[in-house]
This record gives sequence, C-alpha cells and structure tokens, in this order.
Amino acid sequence: MRRSAIVSALLATLALAACGGGGDAKSTSTAGGAKASSAAPVTITLWNGFTNRELGVVQKAVDAFHQSHPSITVKVVGGVNDDKIIAAIRGGNSPDVAQSFTADNTGLFCSSGGWIDLKPYMDASKVDASMFPPAVQTYTAYKGKRCALPMLADTYGLYYNKDLFKKAGIASPPKTMSELTADAKKLTVRSGASFKVVGYDPAQGFYENAPAHYGPVFGAQWVDAQDKSVLASQPGWSEFMKWQKDLIDFYGFDALRRWQSGAGDEFSASNAFERGKLAMAIDGEYRTAFIKAEHPDLNYGTAPLPAADSHPELYGAGYVTGNIVGIPKGAKHKDAAWQLVKYLTTDEHALALLSNGLRNVPTTTTSLKSSELTPDPKFKVFLDIFANPKTATTPITAAGSANQELFQNYVVKWQAGKVSDLQGGLADVDKQIDAQLAQSSGTQVP
Amino acid sequence: MPRLQVRDRRAARRKAAWRRRRLVLGLMSPWIVGFTVFFGYPLLASVYLSFTHYDLISHPRWVGTANYAFMLHHDPQIWNAIKNTLWLMVFAVPLQVIFAFGVAGMVVRAKAGVGFFRTVFYLPTLAPAVAATLGFTYILNPATGPVNTFLSWFGITGPLWFESPTWAKPSLVLLGLWGIGNAMIIFLAALLDVPRHLYESAQLDGAGALQRLRWVTLPAVSPVLLFAVVIGVIEALQYFTQAYVASSIVGGGAGNAADPANRLGYPEGSTMFYPLLLYQQGFRFFNMGYASAMAIVLLVVAFAVTLVIIRNTRRWVHYQAGMR
Repeated sequence: MRRSAIVSALLATLALAACGGGGDAKSTSTAGGAKASSAAPVTITLWNGFTNRELGVVQKAVDAFHQSHPSITVKVVGGVNDDKIIAAIRGGNSPDVAQSFTADNTGLFCSSGGWIDLKPYMDASKVDASMFPPAVQTYTAYKGKRCALPMLADTYGLYYNKDLFKKAGIASPPKTMSELTADAKKLTVRSGASFKVVGYDPAQGFYENAPAHYGPVFGAQWVDAQDKSVLASQPGWSEFMKWQKDLIDFYGFDALRRWQSGAGDEFSASNAFERGKLAMAIDGEYRTAFIKAEHPDLNYGTAPLPAADSHPELYGAGYVTGNIVGIPKGAKHKDAAWQLVKYLTTDEHALALLSNGLRNVPTTTTSLKSSELTPDPKFKVFLDIFANPKTATTPITAAGSANQELFQNYVVKWQAGKVSDLQGGLADVDKQIDAQLAQSSGTQVP
Repeated sequence: MPRLQVRDRRAARRKAAWRRRRLVLGLMSPWIVGFTVFFGYPLLASVYLSFTHYDLISHPRWVGTANYAFMLHHDPQIWNAIKNTLWLMVFAVPLQVIFAFGVAGMVVRAKAGVGFFRTVFYLPTLAPAVAATLGFTYILNPATGPVNTFLSWFGITGPLWFESPTWAKPSLVLLGLWGIGNAMIIFLAALLDVPRHLYESAQLDGAGALQRLRWVTLPAVSPVLLFAVVIGVIEALQYFTQAYVASSIVGGGAGNAADPANRLGYPEGSTMFYPLLLYQQGFRFFNMGYASAMAIVLLVVAFAVTLVIIRNTRRWVHYQAGMR
C-alpha cells in the first residue's frame, strides 16, 4: 500500500509540475504592429488598478479608443494589483495589456521578460520615447530595455493653508528649506503637550514623507553610473536628514508621533491638512481632487517644494513617478494590445480625458499644454513641476523598492535619535542596498 | 487436492487483502492528494527553489548555496527579524500559557455563571485576526484611543503603543492575551479532569493551596501544558497577520501610498518578524529563491525547537495510565 501511495503522490506532483510549466506557452505574434487596426476584429483585455469612479474614467478613454479602432474591442478589468499580474504571467493566462501603479516594479517586468520589449513596436509606429520628459523615460525602462510606457504621472509639491498663513502673517509659500522651517515654527500652535496646528511635519513615514520625494530638491542622487548606491557620498542626503531632524526636534519626536496618531487617515476626509490641523504638507497633485470632493471650502494654495538651501536653483523641480502600461509576454493579441498601449500613453485626447478625470499629470510633453485640459491654477503648479528639467525620479531596480525601503529604515532610526554617526550609517546603508540588489538580480556578491 | 485447496484459499485471501487495500487507499485518496498537492509538492519545490535565483516570472536559475550565504553574511534585516521572533518565543508564549492557565483556573473555581465566563473568555477567539488587530489599533491609539483617554483622566500619559518601537511588541502581546480562548478551553477541560480524590488526600496530608497546585494540578495537566507550549512556539515562529495589519494601519501613509507592504515592521523595524521579512523578500523584492531558503530554515528551526522542548519535558510531563 505504501508503494502505491508513493506512486499516486508522484503522479500528482507530475501533474502539478506540468501545470506550472504552462507559463511559457508561446503566443503567435508578428512583431511589426502597425497593421492591426484594419485587421479582423479582436477582443483584448486590459487589466488596471483603478476602481469605482476612476475605473469609469478609464472606461471612457477605452470607449474613445474603440471608436477610432472599431475592430478592437477592449474588456476592461479594474482593481488588479501587481501580485495578480505577476501570477497571471507565471500561469500563462495574462491579459493583453496590463497597467500598474508601481513604477518601482518596472525593473522586474523588464528584466524577467514578463512584459515584452516595446522597441520593435515603437519603431514600427514611429513612437519615440523622447516625447516623455527624461525622468519619465527613466522609470519606464530598465537597463536600456523599454518594456513599459507611462500613463499619467504623480508629481509632488507643497500644499499650504492660506487662512493659517494669513493668521501667522506669512505672505507667500517658502522657497527654501530654512524658510520652510521658519514658517513651520510660526504656524505651529501648541496646546499643552500637544498641538492644535502643526506647521509642517517632516517625520519620514508620515503621509507622503519619503526620502524619495525630497531627493530632487536636495540635488541628491541614489546611484552612480555603475548603479552602485551612493547615498553616503551625496551631500544632499545628509543635508536633508539634518534639516528634517532639526525641525522634528522643535516639536519633540514623541510629541509629534503622538500628534500623528490622531492626525487622521491620509486618504480620507479626516486628513490633517484638509481639516486645517496641518498648515503645510508635501503631497501629490491628486490631493487637489480629494480636497475638491471632501473639503471644497478649504482656502489653500499649491507651490513647488522648497529647495535645499545649498541648491536654490532647484526650486520648481520635484519628484515624479507614475502608472506604467505594458504588454505581458503571454498576451494573445500583441498587435492589437500595442494599439491600445500607444493610444493610452501617447494620444493627446486620451491623455487629456484621463487627466481631467483622474486629476493626474498627463505624461507627454505636448499634452501638458493641451487645450482640452480643464484649467485649474492649483493643478497647473504640478504640470510645471512635471515639465521642469530638474524634476527627477528614483532609479529602477530588479528588487522593486528595496533600495528606498532600506534607506527609509535608516532615516526613521535617525529621526528617532538612534543614530550617532550619520555618515557612517549612510555608508552602511549603501553596502546593504548593493548586497540586496545583487542578491535580487541574481548577481551574487562574493 | 488439499494442496490446491490451500492455494485457492491463499489466492482468495490475497485478493481480499488487495480489495481492502484498494478500499483504504480509495478512502484516503482525498487526503493523499491534498497532502501531496498542498504540502509535499510545495515543500519539495521550496527546497529546490532555495538553491536558485527566482524572481517569480523568469525560470529559476541554479545558484548553489548563495541564498544561504546571503542570509548569514549580508541580509541587513534578518538579525533584527530573528531577534523579534525570539522575543515572541521568550516573552509572549510563556505569558500566554500562564494567562490561559490562570483564566481556566479561575473559571473552574467560579461558584456561579461558569458558562457565562467560559463564553466571555472564549469569544475573542472567534474574531478574525485582521478585525481583532484593527480593533486593537483603534483602542490603543495614543491620541484618540479609549485606553489613553481613560489614563489621562488620572493624569497619566499613556504609552505610544503601536507607534513606539518599545511598546509595539507588548501591544501585540496584549492582543494575543485577549485571544487565549482556545488554550483556555483546553486547560479548562484538563483541570476538570484532575481526579478529585487526589486533592482530598493531599488536603488530608496537610497540603496547602500552593502545594496542591505544585504536586497535584500541575503534574496532572502537564501533557496539556506541553501541548500549549509547543503550539504556542510554532505559532510564534509563524507570526504574521497581526503584525502585518498593525504596521500597515498604524504606519499610515509612508510614501508609496499604493502599497501598504512598504510599512512592514513599523515602527523602526520593531514588528519585523521572520515571516514578514520572508514575505517582503519573496513578494516585494522578487527574491523568491531567498525567501524559500528562509522558509526551509524556519521549518528546520521549528522542528528542532519542538524536538528540544519535547525531550526536555520528559521529566516533568506525566501521562496518566492509558493516555499515551
């Protein structure tokens, strides 16, 4: 009996292994692309991460696509995250087009071949990546391989409460980090051990505070030309850390933490900035839409993030990241899929439609000036940040956001006052990041 | 003629034996298939993957023992994760066992309303881990939670609970103590099972309450204690859900808002337990080969720890006749 049990176990294992091997099913495709729209009618699937109202916006753009490409019908599936996309690629049942919110995962999609190289399609359709700003080109390719195109972006700037500014006698938003600190102190209203109003909360981990979002205005790079981590040798990072720690100490770290725990959920109507409990905040352009929906009476303004004192010329720049779109390797109708990708990422009308609906930044240089965009001076600030040549993003790695997370772990320790040797610690983080990236990309450190 | 008959009978017996085996096998087949598919195959696959570089999409590539070398020499987070998991084993497990035992002891002694107390203490077990954790992050919110509000009435500034690297693990322990219902019920049954006459004769011999606990109750329930400790240790080694939920809820925005997993270990890595690091490496850093190596090490450690506990407890665990 035991023997037959083993036999049946082996059989089951084999059956399962056979299923697992299905991931590589070759799909027939002629990588030429351009001819598709006149071809026989096809139905393709678009997976995206949007839900509810926002999914409706995507559907509208897809409807417009269908009108101009009547032979291609698109089935839109919303609420899909990267885990599901990855599992589908592995299982060999991937959609024809996939959209992800996480540009950090471009490295995985490109290096693994999970999303196909778009170059042959772009060449055939005469689409050139230079139609996107440099930072956007960075986060949609990995080691020279372009497997994704951008579909709208997020840029980060400063939100400030005009009523609180007036009360504190501040005329205009700060342009340097030391001005920001001075304004934050003026705007802060203490009540006992806590705060009625916090001027600016620079604690990393709070709301949109992440080192990545501050890097561009401190002129701080992540890697050198060989993709080695260079946090320790970039004076911008230590300047950033000293600046934020200095302001945290003004509040007291524990007091600030306590205040944060009651500040309200970031993505809800109880957001501290929206309720006037936080006078200034770093946030993405999407916040304009949230405020319009949740607190339309809030008297606020937007501006670029203040620049480092040592780099006043960086004022106007900011951090950018965004949605990425690509064609998974198991896609059955790659040519039709390319038509949709091209439409969603390069068509001016589509980008305006999506930008107006989602209130994210349209991603081509020309679409920024599109007459179809709903005018809004508060939103316009972010379009300018996006177009700024100094605007930057984070390097794409094969290990997702491992570099950012390891660095943030360190900054969080630092701001809690648990680091004595700032520079030495940064050098350690460089080593950690290099080791982790080597491990994740399969090129082991000796 | 007689020889032939014997052979016939043997053949018939063999046939019957085969039929019986087939029946047993048939009845067991759902379990065999389930075991193979959901345990055997994943286990073997993990062992294989632990020697490869595997990013979840491209084919696994053989890298020998590189993943294990990374674990020992380079992984910047693993020692912190091991330390946190050890902390759970050393502090949380004994506390939970003692607490569950204490609660069972009190419920057993209750003069009235035994059913009521039993239900009250068991009820939390029915709450799903995610919901229970959400509830605790709300109750223990340092600024707005009822616990700190209550403390403030007496002029006490409550701790930062899940927001503090010192208090985050104790907060998780509180959550664990609240949900000791399962262990409590088992202890309750064991306590009710202790023969009354042993207590009576001990009392006649002049044994006090403490001595009765030491010499009668504890030996009698020792197998159940052992069970609770072993299960507790294994659960501590696999501790994931509560820490994951608490850190993503309390960690707030933290930059990449689309991805709550970026707050794993919040605050300051204090809730980064071994299984959370395994998850981060496998599914966030696309380092599944390494995550598999971590899983294999976890399996070996769990096995070894259990073995050590069982070996060391032979002296104090007493099985009543017929129980083994």
